[in-house]
Order: sequence, then C-alpha cells, then structure tokens
Amino acid sequence: MPTTYANPRYSFRPPPELATGEGRARVVIVGAGVVGLTTALDLARHGIASILLDDDDTVSFGSRAICWSKRTLEIYDRLGLGQKLLDKGVTWKVGKVFFKDRLAYEFDLLPEPGHRMPAFVNLQQYYLEEWLVAACEASGLVDLRWKNRLQEVSPRADGVGLEVATPAGHYRLEAEWLLACDGARSTVRERLGLPFEGQVFRDRFLIADVVIEGFAMPAERRFWFDPPFHPGQSVLLHKQPDSMWRIDFQLGAEADPEAEKEPERVRARIRAMLGAEVPFALEWVSVYTFRCRRLERFRHGRIFFVGDSAHQVSPFGARGGNGGVQDADNLVWKLAAVLDGRAPESLLDSYDAERIPAADENILHSTRATDFITPRSEAARAYRDAVLLLAKDHPFARAMVNAGRLSTPHVYRESPLSTADGEAWSGGPAPGAPAIDAPLPEGEFLLGRLGGEPVLLVFGASAPTVAGVRILRLPAEGIAAERWDARPGTTYLVRPDQHVAARFRTPDPAAIARALERMWGRTSETARRAA
Amino acid sequence: MAELDRSPRLPDPDAVFVRLVRAHRDLSAEESRRLDAALVLLLANQLGDAALLDRAIEAARAAVLASPEAP
Ligand SMILES: Cc1cc2nc3c(=O)[nH]c(=O)nc-3n(C[C@H](O)[C@H](O)[C@H](O)COP(=O)(O)OP(=O)(O)OC[C@H]3O[C@@H](n4cnc5c(N)ncnc54)[C@H](O)[C@@H]3O)c2cc1C
Repeated sequence: MPTTYANPRYSFRPPPELATGEGRARVVIVGAGVVGLTTALDLARHGIASILLDDDDTVSFGSRAICWSKRTLEIYDRLGLGQKLLDKGVTWKVGKVFFKDRLAYEFDLLPEPGHRMPAFVNLQQYYLEEWLVAACEASGLVDLRWKNRLQEVSPRADGVGLEVATPAGHYRLEAEWLLACDGARSTVRERLGLPFEGQVFRDRFLIADVVIEGFAMPAERRFWFDPPFHPGQSVLLHKQPDSMWRIDFQLGAEADPEAEKEPERVRARIRAMLGAEVPFALEWVSVYTFRCRRLERFRHGRIFFVGDSAHQVSPFGARGGNGGVQDADNLVWKLAAVLDGRAPESLLDSYDAERIPAADENILHSTRATDFITPRSEAARAYRDAVLLLAKDHPFARAMVNAGRLSTPHVYRESPLSTADGEAWSGGPAPGAPAIDAPLPEGEFLLGRLGGEPVLLVFGASAPTVAGVRILRLPAEGIAAERWDARPGTTYLVRPDQHVAARFRTPDPAAIARALERMWGRTSETARRAA
Repeated sequence: MAELDRSPRLPDPDAVFVRLVRAHRDLSAEESRRLDAALVLLLANQLGDAALLDRAIEAARAAVLASPEAP
C-alpha cells in the first residue's frame, strides 16, 4: 500500500564480541526506537559512547506518532535536528472541536510570536527515526547494532550482564549501565519480572493514513464528536507531510478489527467523511486499542527504563513519544555527569523523582481525555453530551470539552535538584520549569544559547563569578526580560536540560554556588560523605 | 473546610420541586438524563466551589446508598 515512504533496511554488521564471545561497555541502550535513538544521540553530544541494540533492521513501520510538541522540538534543536523537523514537518497550533456538524470549542496552543519552535510539528515517526539514525552514525560515538536482540538480563550491583542474539550467533556483554528503551513490550521489564499495570480502554480505533492531493483543509487539529458522517463515535483529523492525512475513527468496543481493516470498508468511511468527489489513496490502515499504565519505578539499580518501556498512554494528547523524548532529555545529562565523575551516583535518583510525576501527569491527562471520548456508563455519556450541548453558548462548558489535552512539558515542582524561591516573583519560569524562549538580536533565540551544560542567565547587571557554570548576559529590558520577569541583576541557574534550577533577584555568588551543588545532586549529605 | 448548608433555603420548596420535575416533560429517558446532567453542570459552575461540590456529591451518594428499598 505505501507509496510515499520506503523503509530503509540497515545491514547487520557482525559485532566484534561474536569472535570472542563476550565484551564490555559503559552504556548499552536496548531499542533503537525514537527514544533509544534520542538517548544515544544526546549521550554522544555529551561525548559519551554507547552500544545501541535493536532486534529489527529498520525504523518505525506504518502509522505511529506524528505530533511532536514544542518542548520536544526544542530538545531536537539542541541535538541539531530542529531545522530539519521545521523544514519537512507540518506546523500547527490551532485545534477545533466539533459536535455533530458545528464548532463546539477552539484552542490556540501558542498565541504569541517570538519562539524558535511552534506549538506542534506533524511528522511521521519514521522520518524522525531515520534522521536520528543518520545523526547517531555521524557522531561516531554510537555503535548501532541492527538485528541484535537482547535476550537475557542479569542485574548486578555494579553493572548488568546481557545476552544478545544475532543472525550470526550469540554473545555476552557486561554493561556498566543499561538503558531499556525497548518499548511497550519491553524484554528488560519482562526479564526483571516487573509489573506494568494500569487501565485498559475497550474501544477500538481505526487509524487510516490517506494521501489526498491538494486537499483544501487548513493545517489544524480537527476533532468531531458524533459527526453526521460517523454517527455516535468520534473522529480525529491531522495533516502530515507528503499530502498525507491521518484520520482516526472511533469504532466502539464491539468492532471486529479484521473486518474493519478491509480496504473497501475503510474507503467507504473516508468517502462518507470527505464527500464522494474527493479522490484519495490509502497508505496505511490499522486498528488499535489503548492503555494507560506505568512501572512503579523507572530506575532499578544500574538499569533505567526510558519511554514506552516505562509508561504507556493513549494517543489523545500526543504524550507517548513526547513524554519519552523528555525522559531521555532528563536522564542523559545526569548519566553523562556521573560517567565523567562530575556528579555523585545519587544524582541519578532524581530521574525517578522527576519523571514519575511527569508520567503521572501524562497518564492523568490522557486517561481523562479517553474517558471523555469513550464514556463507559450511561451517566458518563449523559454528562459528556451535556457538556457538548452546553458548549455552544456557555464558555464554562467549552473548557470541559476534552478531546485531548496536548502534551506540555512537566514542571519539576518537587525536584530535589531545585532551590526554592527565596524572593518575590510575579512571572518567569519557576524552579523546575522549562526555560522560556524569546527572540534575541540578529535572529537568534534564547534557547539556542542554553543547553548541554549549566548556564547562569544574568539580566542587566555585571555577572557574578561562580566556578563551573557558563555565563550568558542579556539586557534587563526587552521580550526575554519580560518573559523571565527580570529586573537588573535577576539571575537564573539553568540546567543542562534547559529546566530552571534556581533564581535570584540579587546575585550572591555563595547562594548560586550552593544551588549549583544541589543541581549536581551534591547535597550537604553527599558532600559530607565524599569529604 | 466548605460545609453544605442543609437548612431550608428556598421560600417555596414545593414550587421548586415541581419546576424540576416539569423541566423533564416530553423528554425521552436519554434526553432526561442529559437534562439533569446539564443542570448539574450549570449549577456546579454557578457554585464555583469544587470542595463544596464534593460535599454535595457525598451527601447525594450517602442518601441514595443508605436506602436499599425504593421509597
Ligand atoms: C497510532 C499511534 C499514534 C501515536 N501518535 C503519537 C503522537 O502523535 N505523538 C507522540 O508523541 N506519540 C504518539 N504515539 C506514541 C509513540 O509512537 C510511542 O510513544 C513511541 O514510539 C515510543 O518510543 P519508544 O522508543 O519508547 O518505543 P518503540 O518506538 O516501541 O521502540 C522500541 C524499540 O525497541 C526494539 N526492541 C524491542 N525489544 C527488543 C529487544 N529485546 N532487543 C532489541 N531491541 C528491541 C524495537 O524493535 C523498537 O525498535 C502514537 C502511538 C500510536 C500507536
């Protein structure tokens, strides 16, 4: 069926361990999906080499993620892929929700200009993965091993023993650290016997990717409840590159997945939606059910779960892939610092402290949206329909229409790495929040000047001297100063992942140095133990 | 903590009861259910107090669950 994309086939290269039977590595990543590839590339940007194992020989197949959120785009910009995503992807920010045939609710995810990245870019997951593979190869630090299947995992106090199967035989690897990016059906999770529990949604969804040349429909997210062309169910429409459109039909719990995939049946549904006069070609068709669940903890000694292996959400809100990329963003700078001996191992515990609440937020929003879209009792349906009926004339009800709350970055409010505000603030990113972008002179953007290493962002005043942190000075007036609630002297300590660690109205070098210690996980306790 | 006022607050309670029942005239069972839901949503927003709404939900559930036999 597919005409717009041919999956690349990456060749199997017999790894050196096949000759000796075993080898060692500092970091092994299992799973070259979007999250494993992002993790490997980010580690490489920090100068850390890794072995990346994947049981397949290609990138993501068929209809999977398409919506990449602003924060994810900012992470890819830091990794050097931002412009490619902008050039190829479809940029959007407006969502419209219809009830029957009329507009019930509309939202704009980024009403203000002056950000390098838009609210969302739609791009097929396979393009992103293909570019990540190329960037990993070009880095020279990622040993990407296709057709290498992880089979056994033996956790030890100071590392992890691995058994890997390839078309040319088995070998053993001793890894200091293992990053399990092996997706929702994680082998690592299964071998460790870790429960992965949560909520299963019974409704089936038909996902069709359709090529429609010259389709006169704006690049926005459109969602229908109970439309005349698909009565009693919901429909979601997204634009993708290559004149491709993603249509997502709710089918209900009783639908027969095999019968629903019949091309003629799918075509009839699409014709009912588009009108008989619009020509289209089917690219991909699949039928899904969704679940929301997570592991109890993401760190297990020397093993970290990252992405879908750690948590799964329904797609309403585009929180799966985006959440996984943000896990990688959170973990990599910490692991790099520990491997380089710049931070104590305990810094890595903050991955759980920060990413478990983030996963819970994603699960909460995607569960609520799925419950709204697929009401499970007569009472739930009555309330849902009442909200939709009220939405036309009552703004309060519009705010309750939940066709997916789209992915936003988690604010690490309770982070052990943050220093609490000691002064009064009336805006700006609080400790734990991601940095806010702003335009700088000569077409530059603020976020382009942050990231990878800690930065002290100083507005107006002359910068204090603090060892171990790069200083970035900005004027105390202008858009950046407004967005960061800055006055002359206002100083922010920004982490390598562009989240705020601490902020001060009057820069005091000793206080900044203490905040920096805390950001590296060197609390007074660990400092005392090290001494 | 917000407390639910359980004392009579309406000057003509019989009339209010009749009005609520009459709001359902000519409605199918499904429409009736939606109407109640719409009413609750409008009143909850008017109340503007999620904690107080919780008290009302608890009181309503307690009343319904306490009587196994229909009135
Ligand atoms: C229809 C649909 C639409 C979606 N839309 C969006 C969206 O718009 N936005 C969004 O953010 N997310 C979306 N998602 C979710 C997103 O696709 C996933 O969250 C994302 O793919 C997770 O990435 P991952 O790298 O963690 O796992 P995966 O992509 O599943 O990758 C896991 C990798 O591990 C490999 N592997 C598994 N076991 C082994 C083993 N034993 N040894 C070696 N390798 C192994 C697999 O081959 C695979 O390459 C959508 C999902 C679906 C199904």
